[in-house]
Amino acid sequence: MAGQRRIDIEEIGDVTIARFVDKKILDENNIQVIGNQLFGLVEEDGRKKIVLDFTNVEYLSSAALGKLITMDKKTKAAGGKLRLCAIRPDIYEVFAITKLNKMFDIRDTQELALAGF
Amino acid sequence: MSPLFVKTICSDTREGQVAQDEIMELVEAEGFPMQDQFGIRLALEEAIVNAIKHGNKMDPTKKVQICVEITEESLNVVIEDEGAGFRPEDVPDPTAEENLEKPSGRGLMLMNAFMNVMYEGCGNRVVMRKSRVAEVE
Repeated sequence: MAGQRRIDIEEIGDVTIARFVDKKILDENNIQVIGNQLFGLVEEDGRKKIVLDFTNVEYLSSAALGKLITMDKKTKAAGGKLRLCAIRPDIYEVFAITKLNKMFDIRDTQELALAGF
Repeated sequence: MSPLFVKTICSDTREGQVAQDEIMELVEAEGFPMQDQFGIRLALEEAIVNAIKHGNKMDPTKKVQICVEITEESLNVVIEDEGAGFRPEDVPDPTAEENLEKPSGRGLMLMNAFMNVMYEGCGNRVVMRKSRVAEVE
């Protein structure tokens, strides 16, 4: 499973944009792979400013939310910052229902996520 | 209940994904609005994964049965695992400040947000309903 990249990486200045490839972040095995690739950005690459771009994401389960929470913790523990952006209204509702919209730094667009980062 | 869809799957989330896709084809064909389809898929995902992971504890010898009925009024889903069950009231509130960073409880919360959910038996059978018309709370 290690070979298949589930996130596209782009670097703008010192900020890393990680864009999810999948429309559905549901399958447990897929979520495991995505989690490992996200954690690698902090733990292996040592990146400090990370924007997660949800442009492609149409579905997101609670297991995926769990990985995002862990990613936020790992980034903060490493002295970095994490922002989320381009979340469509259906998905934002999932964050709002679980009150995670208060925990994460969520911006409407990638441009706004990059501003002042 | 005269089910439109009945399937027994192994405790494997990949099989759960296949069943979920098959059910969503029926839901789409029955003309449920896109907004409802989003919530239905998410509730199905959470309920099937709960049955496999928390109910059957991924035990390959245990099965999950899924029944779906679609009437003029609603979509009705019954998912039953072979686990020991649970009491929903024992699951901590994931939105409480002290639980916000913990991994558990969000699946049940999302199921409740998007469908009407009841637990039967010892908690190993979940019954979920989505009305075709907006329900008055």
